[in-house]
Amino acid sequence: MAERSFKAEVEHLRKGKGETFTGEGILAITKALLENGVGYVGGYQGAPVSHLMDVLADAQDLLSELGVRFAASANEGAAAAMLGASVHYPIRGAVTFKGPVGVNVASDALANLSSAGVTGGALIIVGEDYGEGSSIMQERSYGFAMKSQFWLLDPRPNLPSIVKAVGDGFALSEASNSAVMLMVRIRSCHVTGNFECSDNQPPPLSVRDALSDPRSDFNRVVLPPMSYVHERDKVENRWPAAEAFILENRLNEQFGPKDGKVGIVCLGGMYNGTIRALQRLGLSDISGNTSIPLKVLNVAYPLVQSELLEFCEGKDAVLLIEEGQPEFIEQQLGAMLFKARSPIHLEGKGCFPKAGEYTGQVLFDGVEAFFRKHAPDLLPGQILAPNQPKPEIPDLTSTVPIRPPGFCTGCPERPIFASLKLAEKELGKHQIAADIGCHLFAALPPFEIGGSTMGFGLGPAGNAAFDAGGERRAISILGDGGFWHNGLSSSIGNLVFNRSDTVTVIVDNYYSAATGGQDVMSSRAKNPTKSTNNPISKALEGVGVKWIRQIDRTYDVPRMRETIREALTTDYDGPKVIVASSECMLNKQRREKPLRTAAIREGRRVEVPRFGVDQDICTGDHACIRLSGCPSLSLKQLDDPLRDDPVAHIDQTCVGCGNCGEVADAAILCPSFYEVRTVHNPGKVESFLSTLATRLRTALQNRRKARRVTFSMERM
Amino acid sequence: MAGTNSDTIGKAHPDLEQIIKIAIMAVGGQGGGVLTNWIESLARTEGYHCQATSVAGVAQRTGATIYYIEMAPASIPTPVFALAPSAGDVDVLIAAELAEAGRAITRGFVTPDRTTLIGSTHRSLAVSEKTVPGNGVAPSEEILAATEIAARTRIMADMEAAAVSVGSVISASLFGALAASGALPFPREAFEKAIKGSGKGVDSSLRAFAAGHDLALNGEIREPETPSAPAVSNAAGPEGAMRAWSTLSARIGDMPEPVRELALAGLRKVVDFQDTDYGLVYLNRLEEFLACDHASREFRLSRAAAKYIANALAYDDVIRVADLKTRADRFDRIRDEMRVADGYSMRITEYLHPGVDELIGMLPAKMGNRLDKSETWRKRIDRWFSKGRRIRSDRLFGFFTLYCLGGLRGWRRRTFRHSVEMAHMDRWLGTAREYLPDRYDMAVEVLNCRRLIKGYSDTHARGQTKFDRVLSAARLVDQRTDGPQWMARMREAALKDEDGKALEGAIRTIETFTEERQLETA
Repeated sequence: MAERSFKAEVEHLRKGKGETFTGEGILAITKALLENGVGYVGGYQGAPVSHLMDVLADAQDLLSELGVRFAASANEGAAAAMLGASVHYPIRGAVTFKGPVGVNVASDALANLSSAGVTGGALIIVGEDYGEGSSIMQERSYGFAMKSQFWLLDPRPNLPSIVKAVGDGFALSEASNSAVMLMVRIRSCHVTGNFECSDNQPPPLSVRDALSDPRSDFNRVVLPPMSYVHERDKVENRWPAAEAFILENRLNEQFGPKDGKVGIVCLGGMYNGTIRALQRLGLSDISGNTSIPLKVLNVAYPLVQSELLEFCEGKDAVLLIEEGQPEFIEQQLGAMLFKARSPIHLEGKGCFPKAGEYTGQVLFDGVEAFFRKHAPDLLPGQILAPNQPKPEIPDLTSTVPIRPPGFCTGCPERPIFASLKLAEKELGKHQIAADIGCHLFAALPPFEIGGSTMGFGLGPAGNAAFDAGGERRAISILGDGGFWHNGLSSSIGNLVFNRSDTVTVIVDNYYSAATGGQDVMSSRAKNPTKSTNNPISKALEGVGVKWIRQIDRTYDVPRMRETIREALTTDYDGPKVIVASSECMLNKQRREKPLRTAAIREGRRVEVPRFGVDQDICTGDHACIRLSGCPSLSLKQLDDPLRDDPVAHIDQTCVGCGNCGEVADAAILCPSFYEVRTVHNPGKVESFLSTLATRLRTALQNRRKARRVTFSMERM
Repeated sequence: MAGTNSDTIGKAHPDLEQIIKIAIMAVGGQGGGVLTNWIESLARTEGYHCQATSVAGVAQRTGATIYYIEMAPASIPTPVFALAPSAGDVDVLIAAELAEAGRAITRGFVTPDRTTLIGSTHRSLAVSEKTVPGNGVAPSEEILAATEIAARTRIMADMEAAAVSVGSVISASLFGALAASGALPFPREAFEKAIKGSGKGVDSSLRAFAAGHDLALNGEIREPETPSAPAVSNAAGPEGAMRAWSTLSARIGDMPEPVRELALAGLRKVVDFQDTDYGLVYLNRLEEFLACDHASREFRLSRAAAKYIANALAYDDVIRVADLKTRADRFDRIRDEMRVADGYSMRITEYLHPGVDELIGMLPAKMGNRLDKSETWRKRIDRWFSKGRRIRSDRLFGFFTLYCLGGLRGWRRRTFRHSVEMAHMDRWLGTAREYLPDRYDMAVEVLNCRRLIKGYSDTHARGQTKFDRVLSAARLVDQRTDGPQWMARMREAALKDEDGKALEGAIRTIETFTEERQLETA
C-alpha cells in the first residue's frame, strides 16, 4: 500500500460529461487516459509521477469495469516494453516513469518500439525531474526523442492543456505510427486547477480480447533487413505524417499579434513563466493577452520548419526560451534559419544561462535582457530607469543552515549506517558504493557513507572493479527497491558470477520507500492484486549467494555492527550479503498510529515508547547526534550559568525506535539515554505492583534526601 | 511583534497587483501540503481562481520544502499564474520555522515593498547545527533582526508551541495567523470553513487555528519579568550539614558581586555532587584566584575559576550518574516531559554501558593505578564487565542497584578516578597560576579551556587530548600580546569538529608563524 491513499481521488476518476475535475496535474492526466480509451497502463513510480501509479493502484475496480489492464512494472524498461502491445494491435497504451533516469532504463525498449512503429497510440508520460526539488542528475529527456524518433509533447502547464495533450498524443501517435512522449515538468505534475470532464471510454479493443485474435508480422521485427526499412520509414513517412498532423491540428499555439519587431518562441512548459515575465515587464495582462508575438511549442519534437520560419518572417529578432542543456531546439532553429538565409537575430542561451532551471527571476532577467538589446522602446520607463534603489536587506547566507533531506524520525536505516560508521571507526575507512533510495541520505552528514551512485540497483555493480578483494573489502549498499528493480541480476548476479570478494548490505524497509511507499516483491503486506512476501534472502540463495546474513531488527546496533565486522573479516572469499530488514517508520506509523489510538480509546492496554536524555548527565558533546541525525534528537540550551554548550534533547515527535539508546550503548557514549514506556490502561495487578514500587522508591529517596544538603530552586 | 515598512516600488502591468502570491516554506513533515490545500479550498470557495504547486519530492523527508499559491478574483478571465515564486514578487510568505524564514529572506522572497511575513520563531535544528561538539546553533537574533528590515508587515511568534499546546500541528496555527494578518480578503469564518471541509482532525485543527489567530493579533504574552532576581536556591538538610553550608555560603557573601552568582552555583554543584567538606575544597581553590584578581578586570579570572573549578570537581563518574538517575525530581521531570498523566504507569529502561575507565575508576586509588597501567588487566576487565546494561529503574531491583551505586559517595574521594581528576586539576590550575600576575588574560584562557573536557569514555578521552593539545600549544604563544586571542581561537576550533581537524589547522598556523619568528631572530 502506498504512503498516500487515493480513495477520494478515485471517485473523481468516475466523473463524466458536464462535471468539473479539480485537483493535481498528474491526476488530471490519469483521468484523461480513461477519457481517451486507453487499453492498458504501466509504469514505475518516482517523483513526480508516483501519484499516477498510486491512484491507478487504488482504482482497480474502475479499471476492471472499463476493461483496462494496469501493471506496476518491475522497472522502466519493463514499463516501456509493455507498449509492445500497441505494435500490432490497435490498442492505446500508456506508461509512465520519471525522466531522464527512467528514460535511461527504458531506452532499450523505447528504441525497439520506435523502430518497429506502432498501430495503437503509444504514450510515454515522463515526469521531468529538473530544477528545484529534483533528486537526480540534471539532464534532459529530449535527446532520447531525437535519437529514436519518437515525438515529444511539452504542453502548457495548466490542466485543460495537459488533458488535451493526452488526447493529442494518442492521435499523433496513431497518425504517424510513432510513440509519443508526453513530458510534464515537476511543477506541472503538482500544479492544481480544474478542467471539464468527458465520459470515460472503454477501449474499443481490450487487451483481453486481443488475445483471442493474436497477430504477428515479421516486417515489424527489428532484424535486418527490416530494421533498415524502419529507419527509412521513420524519416520518409512517419516524420512527415507527424508534421502534417501537428500543423493540421494546430498543436502549437500562437498568442499576441501576428507581426511585430521581435517575437518569442517558448516551449509549452515554459509558457506560464514567460507570461509572468512579460506581465512584470508590462507587456501582458493577467490573462496572458500579450502585445508581443509569442509562439508556444506544445510539441517540442519534431519542430515543424515551415511553421517556425513563418513566425520568424519579417521580425528583427526572436528569443527562444528553452530550459536545460544542450540547447537542442536553438541548434535546430538556428540551422533552419541559416539554410533559409534569414537575417533575423536568434537569441536564446546568452540572454539566458546555459545551465540551470529557468526560475521566475531567470526568465524575467532573460526576457528583459532580450528587450533591452533588440526592442528597448517596448519596455516601460520604470523598467528602463528604475527611480528607486532596491532596499538593503541583511545577508543571511552564512547564518541560515543548509537543510538537505535526511532520514525520518525513527528510520530503520539510521542504525544500519550508525553500525557501519562504528565498524569503520574500528576497522578503518572502506571503499563504499551507494545506490539510489532513501539510504542514499547516508552519504550526507552525519554519516557521510558512500561516495558514488551509478544508478538504481547498481550499487554493488558500481564496486565491481574492486571485487577481487584487497586489504579492506569494498562495501556496497542496495535497497529493496533497487534490488527488485534490476539489482538482482545487474548487481547480485554479477557478484556471484564473478566470485566477488565484497560485502553488500541490502537495506530492506518493506517498501519502495523513497518513491512513496509502494509495495515491492518482498513487502510484508498482503496486497490483493500483487504477489508480495517473496523474501530477498530466498532470491539470494536462488542465484547462488552462499554467505547471507538476515537481520530482522536493524535497531539492534551491536548485532548489526558485529555482522558487518564478520562480513569484513571472514575468510570466505565469495560475495557476502547482509539483508537488514525493518519496516519504514513513516509507513509503520501511518499504519499503526490509528490502531493504537483506537486501542487506547477502547480501554485496552497499550505501551507507548519514547526516549529521553538526562540533561544533568549529558555533557553536551553531541557524539550521539553524530551517529544518528534523528530529527527528534535535537539540542536544548540549559538555564545553568555553569554550562557552555547545549545538551541533547529528545522532543515529543520521538517514536521510540531506540536507535539513540542502542548507539549510546554500542559506541559506549554516555549513560544519558533512557526509554520510557507509558502504559495506557494498565491492568490491576500491574497498577498495584507499580504503586508499590513507587512507594518503596520514594521511601529510599526520602531517606537519602534527609542525609544530605539538597537544593530546590525558586524564583523570588 | 508586528511592524510595517512602507515604501513601494512600482512597475509591471497594473492589473498584476490583483494576483495574490503566497509562498510557504517549511521543513518536510511539517504539513505544508495540508496548509496549501486549505488556502486553495478557501480561495476557490470564496470565488477566486487559484493555483497551487509544490516540488515536494524527496525534500518531504525532513528537507527544506516550498509550496506556492497564486489567486485572483473570479472577475478576471482565465488568469495565467506562475508556477514558482520570484524574488521581490511575493505578497505573503509563510515560514513554518525560523531558519526557513531566514532562507526565504536570502532567496529574496521577503521584500519591504510588498511582503507580509508570517513566521514561526521556533527552531527545528538542521543536522549541521547539531553535530558540532560545541555550540553550532545558528543565531536566531540575526534572523529575527533581518525579518524586521525585510518584511512590509511581519507576524513572528512561536506558532509551533501554539499548535502543540492544543494537541495539533503547526499548519493549523499558521493558517490562523494568516487569517489574522488580513493579507487575504476573506473573513475568519471562511478560513474555518476550509478546515471543516477537509474533514480530518477538524476539532484539534480549529483549536490550533484559534490559538494561531490570537497569537498573531496579540503577540506573545510574556511572563511578567521579575526584576533581576536570579533563582534562589533553598537549601535543606540535616542540622550539622546545614551549619557547614551556612558557613560556606557566608564566604560567598563576602566575595565581590560579579563573582557571587557563579560561585554560588558552583558551590551548590559541588556540595550536591559530594558534601560540604568538598564545598570547602572548592572555595579554597577559588579564593586562590580571587586573591590575584581585581575589579578593574571585571573579575574575569575569578568568574572563569568559579565556573570551571566547579565543573572539574564535579566530574562525571559512575556514582554521580547513579545518584542523579535515582533522585525523586528526576522521576517527576520525566513524568512531566513525557506527559504521563497520573494513573498511568511508566516503565523506564536506562541504557548504560560503563567502559573500562569508569570501572577501574571505581577502585581504590593504588589498585586502580596498577590495573590502569596494565594492558592485560584492562583487557580482562573489559571482557569481564564492560557490556551494555539495560536497567529497569522503575522496578525495585533496578532502582536499588543504582541507588546503592549512588550511595557510594563516601567512598568516592578514595577512588582511582578521584586521584586522577585531582592530579589533572592541580596541573591545570598550576598552569594558570604560572601566568599570574603578569599574563592575566593567558591565565583566564587556560581556565576557560576546561570547557573542552566533557563526555564519558572515548569522548572524554578525546576531550582530554584536545585540552592537552591546546595547553601545550599555549607555550608557543604565551609571550605574544595576542596569545590569549590565539588561545580562544584554538578552543573554538577544538569545539568545531570531533576529530580535532580544525584544532590541528589552528595549531599548524601558530607553528608556522612562530617558526618564522625564530628564523627572523636567528
